[in-house]
Amino acid sequence: MNGVQTNIKAKAHVYGDHIDTDRIIPGKYTKTLDLSTLANHVLEDLDPNFKKIVQQGDILVAGINFGCGSSREQAPLALKQAGISVIIARDFARIFFRNAINIGIPVLEIADHNIQKGAELDVNLKTGIVKDLSTGTTYKATKLPDIMIDILNEGGLVNYLTKHGNYSL
Amino acid sequence: MGQTISEKIISNHVGKKVYAGELVVSKVDAAMASDTTAPLTIKAFHEMGGKKVFNPNKCAFIIDHAAPSPNERIANLHKMMRDFAKEQGMRLFEIGEGICHQVMVENQYVKPGDIFIGADSHTPTYGALNAFACGVGSTDLAATMMTGKIWLKVPQTIKINCTGKLQAGVTAKDLILFLVGKVTVSGATYQAIEFCGEAFEGLSLASRMTIANMSSEMGAKTGIVHPKGLQLDYDFNPIAPDEDAKYIKTFNFDVSDLEPQVSAPESPDNVHNISNYEGTKINYAFIGTCCNGRLEDLDIAAKILKGKKIHPDVRMIIAPASQRVLLDAMNNGTMNTLIEAGASLITSGCGPCVGTHQGVPADGEVVISAANRNFRGRMGNPNSNIYLGAPSTVAASALDGQITNPKKYLV
Repeated sequence: MNGVQTNIKAKAHVYGDHIDTDRIIPGKYTKTLDLSTLANHVLEDLDPNFKKIVQQGDILVAGINFGCGSSREQAPLALKQAGISVIIARDFARIFFRNAINIGIPVLEIADHNIQKGAELDVNLKTGIVKDLSTGTTYKATKLPDIMIDILNEGGLVNYLTKHGNYSL
Repeated sequence: MGQTISEKIISNHVGKKVYAGELVVSKVDAAMASDTTAPLTIKAFHEMGGKKVFNPNKCAFIIDHAAPSPNERIANLHKMMRDFAKEQGMRLFEIGEGICHQVMVENQYVKPGDIFIGADSHTPTYGALNAFACGVGSTDLAATMMTGKIWLKVPQTIKINCTGKLQAGVTAKDLILFLVGKVTVSGATYQAIEFCGEAFEGLSLASRMTIANMSSEMGAKTGIVHPKGLQLDYDFNPIAPDEDAKYIKTFNFDVSDLEPQVSAPESPDNVHNISNYEGTKINYAFIGTCCNGRLEDLDIAAKILKGKKIHPDVRMIIAPASQRVLLDAMNNGTMNTLIEAGASLITSGCGPCVGTHQGVPADGEVVISAANRNFRGRMGNPNSNIYLGAPSTVAASALDGQITNPKKYLV
């Protein structure tokens, strides 16, 4: 893998269902190319404490339909800039899902996870196996389409297209 | 084997018959980005080695989300868009020309049977035109502008069949709110929707756009209205599904008794009959957006407000979906009626809906809006509450100072 670490052991920040992009990064902060502005306001209407406690490499965990709403790529960018290394959800809204992969954040869909706040997770991105070290439970993520794995392996769509010049299936 | 509308349109673009579940790289007919998404698109386009967009006549930028610019930071992002568009020879729709989805349809960037990729989540609006239209983020859009292509998984399709005719005083917005409530905000994730049946057949293009627009609120990749009854001012080949097309799910509703609908805070699928919320005091009434800022929306509001004054405790903001809509509303007297009733006119664009500027609610205030989203903080203040309804409901509520069934003034 080029831009992506394959093994991640970190703390989980756990939120619920239907976390929309306005809650990830409110629209009023999206008109910027400055990633630190995005990170400064990430999740502020959902959990004002998040940006104080998040550490580089931490994992974000959510329920169903994570990232619903707007097409703003600023949402996964804000999470990435804040230090989030991988996002796990029961499922994702489709544009957020593509955006996260395109900017090189791994997203794992685990429909039946029961990961609780503060859990320590051990994530293997190659196999899609997630171990909840707090409970001993092991989960397996849904396999991504091959093209998404290729994009992620390059660290995102910019690198993928820089290397290949075009899409290949 | 029979095909859905999405399967047919994608097949036409990849040169072979494809079905749900297949991964394809498809050519794209046209693409656009707004001022929320274009700056990151430009950055990604350069970073991935982009030199020329695939076709300058088929790529467009629209300055609508923060138009005119509320501060110097956004002014500089707008300048970046203008410079890029000029350098590429592609059209930039200036402040006030309109909301991206409205100007794409008015200027025929999208036609029936097309595949359109837009860096805005309400891109499925063009399903009104019998097109396959998908929202993406900035980097995907940069890749499409560079290559003229996109990778897609051919979606499974949910069929929504509505029989019966809507009653007088009940509009396409009420119908789509009702459907969002039934399907839920994640009920169509990764999937396409086909809207068919008698209830859609008599709808205008504007009403069809309202319907397709809120496919996004069900998580859909695209939402396409069956072409039966579609009238355009140019010739086109309608794409209808095969009779033996395969659907992952079918919903059947008889909508002949449907009442006006309201979506309550703070999710678009929190939808109920208006009677549940009648009497809720409001501070702010808003008509506009890619969902409901078209001429027929302003006309129905004018019909309700004609010769009357809005409630003294309410302010009302009107943002026409485009300059063309504004001119039409000026020419037919609608704009006069709205302003005489006490409404305030702002630049065509997205501002209040997306919480950028031009109408942010105060703490504890209640908004009745003709938009498509009521997530917490959507209009710029997480301490306000947003109810969604038809333009008719917004106008009737502005008059009474509380959520009001528009049938009172229309029937």
